[in-house]
Amino acid sequence: MKLPMMFVTAVTALGLSHTALADAPLNVGISGEPYPPFTYKAASGDWTGFEVALAHAICADMERECKIVPTGWSGIIPSLDAGRIDMIMNSMSITEKRQRVIDFTRPYYFTPGAYVAASDLEINIPEDLDGLVMGVQSATTNATYARRELRDSGVEIRLYDQAEQVNNDLLSGRLDVILADEIAMVQFLERNEADDYEVKATAPRHEAYGEGIGIGLRQEDNALQASLNEAITAVIEDGTCASLSEQYLTTDVCVYD
Amino acid sequence: MDFSWLSDPFYLGYLWEGFVNTLWLLLVSAVGGLLLAVLVALARLRGPRPLAWLVWAFTTVMRGTPLLVQLFFFYYGVGHLMEGVPGIRETIVWPLLRDPFFFAALTFILSVGAYSGEVIRGAMQSVPQGELEAGRAFGLSGFQVLTRLWLPRAIQLCLPTLTGEMILLLKSIPLVSTIALMDLLQAANIIRDETFLVYEPLLLIAGIYIATTVVLTLALHLVELNFPGMRPTRNRWLPIR
Amino acid sequence: MTAMSPEGLGDWAGPIFSGALTTVQIALLAYAIGLLLGLLGAGAKLSPWAPLRGLATAYSTLIRAVPELLLILLLYYAGAQALDALLAHLGMAGAVQITGFATAVGVLAFVQGAYMTEVFRGAILAIPRGQLEAADAFGFSRWARFHRIVLPGMLPNALPGMSNLWLILIKDTALISVIGFNELFFTIQQAAASSRAYFLFYAAAGVIYLLMTLSSTALFARLERHVRRGQPTEA
Repeated sequence: MKLPMMFVTAVTALGLSHTALADAPLNVGISGEPYPPFTYKAASGDWTGFEVALAHAICADMERECKIVPTGWSGIIPSLDAGRIDMIMNSMSITEKRQRVIDFTRPYYFTPGAYVAASDLEINIPEDLDGLVMGVQSATTNATYARRELRDSGVEIRLYDQAEQVNNDLLSGRLDVILADEIAMVQFLERNEADDYEVKATAPRHEAYGEGIGIGLRQEDNALQASLNEAITAVIEDGTCASLSEQYLTTDVCVYD
Repeated sequence: MDFSWLSDPFYLGYLWEGFVNTLWLLLVSAVGGLLLAVLVALARLRGPRPLAWLVWAFTTVMRGTPLLVQLFFFYYGVGHLMEGVPGIRETIVWPLLRDPFFFAALTFILSVGAYSGEVIRGAMQSVPQGELEAGRAFGLSGFQVLTRLWLPRAIQLCLPTLTGEMILLLKSIPLVSTIALMDLLQAANIIRDETFLVYEPLLLIAGIYIATTVVLTLALHLVELNFPGMRPTRNRWLPIR
Repeated sequence: MTAMSPEGLGDWAGPIFSGALTTVQIALLAYAIGLLLGLLGAGAKLSPWAPLRGLATAYSTLIRAVPELLLILLLYYAGAQALDALLAHLGMAGAVQITGFATAVGVLAFVQGAYMTEVFRGAILAIPRGQLEAADAFGFSRWARFHRIVLPGMLPNALPGMSNLWLILIKDTALISVIGFNELFFTIQQAAASSRAYFLFYAAAGVIYLLMTLSSTALFARLERHVRRGQPTEA
């Protein structure tokens, strides 16, 4: 009778330890400022959007519990370093500069930056930007690109804390053109109030933009990086990423190898 | 501590632009605000009942709500309303309505007008009425009594408090970084974004603000000492609100 | 589900109310802690030991010379990092997770303490020396003298300053929204962006803050009348 009992106890212990390990919830850092359609808050109070749904799918694949932790965008990397969050999943581009301070998983989606302006404004970018007012969200690759590449074009660049504020000022006419993520812009243009606006051009590939969007991690979290990479690949290959992408973004932006 | 970015003219350019904007905003808000403050005080002391009540409501609202909320209300709230107004882009005021500096200055002028208005009102009430009556007896017009007797006497009473308000105005300016105005904090944010240094840029502009506060305090102290008829004030280096 | 549907004031009433609650909680906690810091600071500033005086003076002068928003940003990062470093040093790395709420309260309390120090210092200095000397002559212990003579004597002088600081604190809680912390103003911003009714929601924010400040003013007025009971009223 002893051997089966020991066997049962051993299996239970292993099982419990497995669940104990798997029980440590992962704090997924997203931007507290809404960034539709990737992350935004519905009135119900729940966070939703393409990246929130994708985060849940990835965590389900890893069989770990994930907690969405909204954090101020401009302080999100320090929050990661301080341990308040375990990963950053809010359209953060993999750039060389960022890779000096944090690690990234493999890219899960890629979209270029797009210029949006009023439909009846005929401009060639970047030659005709002289004298115009352009808005970008600060702490984004679009802001870095604009500051570095468009310095000589004569455009006046205005920096905003939140993406929605940039959109708002374009609609109220304060800005002539904005430079933001293409998918976010396609979504934005579908709104009724954006009827008279269109995408004018997309920004060329530039080192400011990096290789795509990845999940930001602390440099020492190699185990987490490995399991996340596996989960991302799984979620992309089994089509979950594509279907979520179609649902929230009306197009497939997932990065296939 | 890594301050190597200070040698990069790219960042220095933004810091300079931020500093200049900060100073301009301070000047415009202080002058406009103090002028408005005198009007506010007058309206509450001598204005017709409805006006006095309206001005009281104005000062209560401005002093009872956070400055950040006011900035957002004017810039984004009113800005949003602009969307629906046809033909607004052809009007003369359109360049102003596009400019965050205008809205920042507007908000600060209203705020300084409310806070300083209360200060000046209190001081004006404390001026002995006998002196004003003597002025009228001498044949001075109402306007002359105001500008030659009442206001100067009132300012003598509240100048230290007013200089305190100016210092507080200076310290409120970083808030404008939230409405797309390039001030020192936005410049520091640019440096933080690109270099990923958390403290150094913020420490630098904290230092710039401390230095500016000291210079401003000294300058205003000089004004206090040289204002006609001022009793020597006690040593007040930093204001308490 | 893909587009953001416009929602009105009613839908957001719940989150806004809980945001307002968070704001009041933060303000109350920060005020209480700031009050203690202020008493300690005032005591330090009035103490006979020069180094203690120097430390307290540095604390209150530096904090009051730097804009609040900058302070909040600096202390938010520095405070969290310092605490983590301290815990790591004590060998308890990662044992305590400092929440955003705690950091926000800590930052605001630290700033309040500096201003409170000045208010209390001025109030204590305004107590007639004769009362303190009489207490000493009667053989009061330092603690008895403090809570029987100094504290009640200081309170009427300190209350206007304290009430002023409370109002400023309530309004300063809005600054925490800049670091992404979910209090009232941050919720308002989310509501405004999600529903595109910017004017409405920012006006609503103003009204809510106004209610808070007006009721606080009334409360402090009653408190001041109570504390000044028995004192000769001004002519």
